[in-house]
Amino acid sequence: MTMKQEKKRIYLRAALGLIALLAVLLALDNLSFVPSMLLTVLRKGAIYALVAVSMNLLNGFTGLFSLGQAGFMLLGAYTYAILTIPAASQKSIYQRYANGGIGFSIPELLSKPLGGFGLLLGVIFCLILAGCIAALFAFLIGLPVLKLKSDYLAIATLGFAEIIRAAVVYEGFGPLTNGSNLLYGFTSFSNFNITLGGFTLHLETVMPFLFSGICIAIILLLINSTYGRAFKAIRDDEIAAEAMGINLASHKRMSFIISSFFAGISGAMLAMYQASVQATTFKSSMTYEILLIVVIGGIGSVSGSIIASFLFIASSEWLLRFLDNETWIGGFRVPLLRSGFRMVVFSVIIMAVVLFFRKGIMGDRELFQKKPASAAKAAKKEVRSK
Amino acid sequence: MLEIKDLHVSYGGIQALRGVSLNVPDDKIVTLIGANGAGKSTLMRTISGLVKAQSGSILWNGQELLGKPIDQIVASGIAMSPEGRRVFADLTVVENLKIGAYLRKDKAETEKDLEWVYSLFPRLKERSWQSAGTLSGGEQQMLAVGRALMSKPKLLMLDEPSLGLAPIVVREIFDIIRTVNQQGITVLLNEQNANMALKVADYAYVLETGTLTLSGTGAELLADENVKAAYLGKKRADRA
Repeated sequence: MTMKQEKKRIYLRAALGLIALLAVLLALDNLSFVPSMLLTVLRKGAIYALVAVSMNLLNGFTGLFSLGQAGFMLLGAYTYAILTIPAASQKSIYQRYANGGIGFSIPELLSKPLGGFGLLLGVIFCLILAGCIAALFAFLIGLPVLKLKSDYLAIATLGFAEIIRAAVVYEGFGPLTNGSNLLYGFTSFSNFNITLGGFTLHLETVMPFLFSGICIAIILLLINSTYGRAFKAIRDDEIAAEAMGINLASHKRMSFIISSFFAGISGAMLAMYQASVQATTFKSSMTYEILLIVVIGGIGSVSGSIIASFLFIASSEWLLRFLDNETWIGGFRVPLLRSGFRMVVFSVIIMAVVLFFRKGIMGDRELFQKKPASAAKAAKKEVRSK
Repeated sequence: MLEIKDLHVSYGGIQALRGVSLNVPDDKIVTLIGANGAGKSTLMRTISGLVKAQSGSILWNGQELLGKPIDQIVASGIAMSPEGRRVFADLTVVENLKIGAYLRKDKAETEKDLEWVYSLFPRLKERSWQSAGTLSGGEQQMLAVGRALMSKPKLLMLDEPSLGLAPIVVREIFDIIRTVNQQGITVLLNEQNANMALKVADYAYVLETGTLTLSGTGAELLADENVKAAYLGKKRADRA
């Protein structure tokens, strides 16, 4: 079998797998007995998976330790929200600022002549724009910051994220960002639900998976391209990579910009999921959550990051919730269980992972990877048979 | 033909090269010998563009290389296998080799050259799906040479290819260097193993603290009393 045929088969399988997954999700979305917590986990998990993979592209594949993810997500979220708030409700949302808002909404403009398709088109356009704004900022910050070595790069990007968070609540930007108040009412995932004659087809879980799936597929294609190989080479040995003619500065910048682009998109999707945006959501603790997901999943493994996102969101939002509730069994109050204990357990889990599972769930392998051992055997056979 | 004229380079606060002039004629093996810190590696790094020169000139087939970016230098046909092998440990062998061809756009030709490298180093083919970090020292050196060859160079620069390798592996590496040279690739070699290097070299230069002190054919230098005393571990005749 030639490489091309094999590639085609892999793409076909991936596409079929994605379609099957979307079908299952569509069913889950519309069956009434499915616990709503599960849907929450799936939706938020899909969004976190994208940002975790984008962070992995930078930290795991290019070896640049950046902590600016929350900042880029914030940029994406605000860009998306500002562009999609319906013109009619802008006045009441921006009530503290005269002439607040941009006066139009892109999905609204497009859905007037094109209906539901226009809505989808508008949302996709705004998502891409959200990514582009984040990427633009990444380009500008990257000019001075990417010259720094790893630890300093982390500090500088963390600082940037904090500055951005402070900047958007600045009164002067109020007419655009609504200061420290909420932005809400913009197009969210529930806008995609299709209502026909009293029956509603829910797509709230399918849409984030679809968007995340496409973005992650693009990142995967990038990682497996010559550029991806160059990123990995830079991570392994900068001097040798440079000696092979790989331009370090431009590749690092490209990785940083692409990672930020997808962080921006995931920020916008988080806004869609939450149906509201406020700067305080995007604290540095959010970056740490994402970093934690990347570390638990395995630095340098895309599938690891995806698995870890769902695990993380499931345990933080659902499975470990009981730790925060006071529980009585008969007359006996279970010790330790009270508000805040969940975070204690979480911290212990993190420490255990760092101490005993340093390579995370997947290490740097992928879920559906050709097994290196068997491939080596096949190569050996070929050599012998010659 | 590589012509270096009056090259001055300062590297890490030290005047590493003080007016070096030498020629590397086409299709020959030229070797640089000298002690640690003599400036051999700095010279190679300057040719490949990793280190900036203060003054002088490096002409490659009549074109000035100084001031050119590394990718242009690699694309013009100069490849370096850096000191200490520096393979990409987490990438597979075949990925390492493909990185060597990073600047090339001719896919079909690249595939052919991959087979050519495999024919030079059959062991790399056996281990093509293994990550490079799991190879032995000798195999890693072969990979480093193969990776440099993947850019289809006219001039191959090898910085200390025998460093830390067992004598039998060193001999294997030198056999390959000769084979590669016979296929029309000029080789510039940095070696501490002067005995081995001078035997394969058509021409050799001795570098001492940033200046050239001796030059001649490999055989001439092998017979030279000073070289013998300083680099071949043999006692000088007049002192014996």
